[in-house]
Amino acid sequence: MPLVTFISFDGSEQEVHVASGTTLMHAAADNGIPGVLADCGGACSCGTCHCYVDETWQAKVGTADDVETQMLEFVIDPQPNSRLSCQIVIKDELDGLVVHLPKSQF
Amino acid sequence: MGSEHAIIVGASHAAAQLATGLRQSGWDGKISVVGDEAIPPYHRPPLSKAYLSGEKHSDELLIRPATFYEKSSIDLLLGTRVTAVDPKNKCITLHDGGTIPYSKLALTTGARVRKLSLPGCDLDGVFYLRDLNDVNRIRGFIGHGKSAVIVGGGYIGLETAASMRKLGMNVTVLEALPRVLQRVTAPEVSAFYSRVHGEEGVRIITDAVVEALEGKSAVTAVKLADGTTLNADVVVIGVGVIPETELAEQAGLAVDNGIVVDEFARTSDPDIVAAGDCTNHYNPIYDRRLRLESVQNATDQAKTAANTLCGKLEAYHALPWFWSDQFDLKLQIAGLSQGFDRVVLRGASTSGRSFAAFYFSGERLLAVDAVNRPKEFMAVRRALAAGHSADPAKLADESIDIQHAFLS
Repeated sequence: MPLVTFISFDGSEQEVHVASGTTLMHAAADNGIPGVLADCGGACSCGTCHCYVDETWQAKVGTADDVETQMLEFVIDPQPNSRLSCQIVIKDELDGLVVHLPKSQF
Repeated sequence: MGSEHAIIVGASHAAAQLATGLRQSGWDGKISVVGDEAIPPYHRPPLSKAYLSGEKHSDELLIRPATFYEKSSIDLLLGTRVTAVDPKNKCITLHDGGTIPYSKLALTTGARVRKLSLPGCDLDGVFYLRDLNDVNRIRGFIGHGKSAVIVGGGYIGLETAASMRKLGMNVTVLEALPRVLQRVTAPEVSAFYSRVHGEEGVRIITDAVVEALEGKSAVTAVKLADGTTLNADVVVIGVGVIPETELAEQAGLAVDNGIVVDEFARTSDPDIVAAGDCTNHYNPIYDRRLRLESVQNATDQAKTAANTLCGKLEAYHALPWFWSDQFDLKLQIAGLSQGFDRVVLRGASTSGRSFAAFYFSGERLLAVDAVNRPKEFMAVRRALAAGHSADPAKLADESIDIQHAFLS
């Protein structure tokens, strides 16, 4: 199973194994990762599972679609590597993925 | 582990958040979540959407997997109903007669469906839609080519209609009022939803008076007062919910259209908090007491309640928001529109499938209904949370970026 590392705003790291096909948001919820609130449960409706994809992984993770892009414009502190973790599906190619979690969600 | 015991009664969104929040806020005693359903807390919104249409499996509905609660030392007492709360002796009674003492109690009892008393409402194939079991049973009655009658043109009714129509069913929605969503939206938004449902093949009948549900053992038809008879293989009634306050009332807690709580989610008993759909609470943004039926309120108020039980008093201060998915329409609502005297539209509601309706009371922006307009939703949510209004002329002008429409 692909390994994903969540790095919180204060630098603390948590590594979790995630089954392919699971969204990054679900992986965080299942493992109790603080900093991914995911209020809407993955409907791309709330913008509370915002994360920053580590720059080395941006190309492999891909870009946000139109709905997600619009949501991301108004999250707190958007960056070019911002994504909503409910819209990222883990696959084998993402083994080793690193994401950073924003302070606003803690 | 400390010797204190926090018991959470009711196992839905608020309970999942409260239990997790207690651990995150440093509660080192025992935590038990008691719920009458057989599965751990799950996401309810997909019930009328992706779960009803079969796109989601029940495992995917869980807010957190059962293993998470184990790892966090949170005991789930599932399939267990609480029949009484005794604040004097600080214990709860279960349906099997057993009692469990508590140090702190949290009521997250939610709401139950409002029932109609109609001739024939006990027939097979007639359902309400609130929990997973309801939908599991409904799923046995649906399928391509079958006919459904939905009683109630609110969000649950319309979402159910959309999900069933997507399965290729013949769907009719009956609304007692002159327009769908009348209690919660402006006429423009109601007209928009009526139009799109019509375009998708759903028949909507407003001002409908249901006289009877007909059938021998299972429902076969719905009869209206004007003589119309509609074939029905399944009937789903969605006419609102009532806060589940029975335990609180029996326990002598203050109840007034919901369990009365203060800004720290405390009930009238100092050792009992409450959160979610069952509460009546003060909202500082709108300066009035509210009873909300939403995931946002369940999770946010549960965070406040968890902090309170851990001795961290942080007042509940949150902007209500909601969402509803029907067909290809993603509706996101920020704020509360009740009391509006003016509606400003951005984009067309009479054609296409993307617009936003902004609600004003005088100069003050109250809320937005944003259809396939996530940017407008997010922008208004941030502005309202920060206490900002907006310039109606700029909101209506699509050539002006939404972020330049707000007034600080």
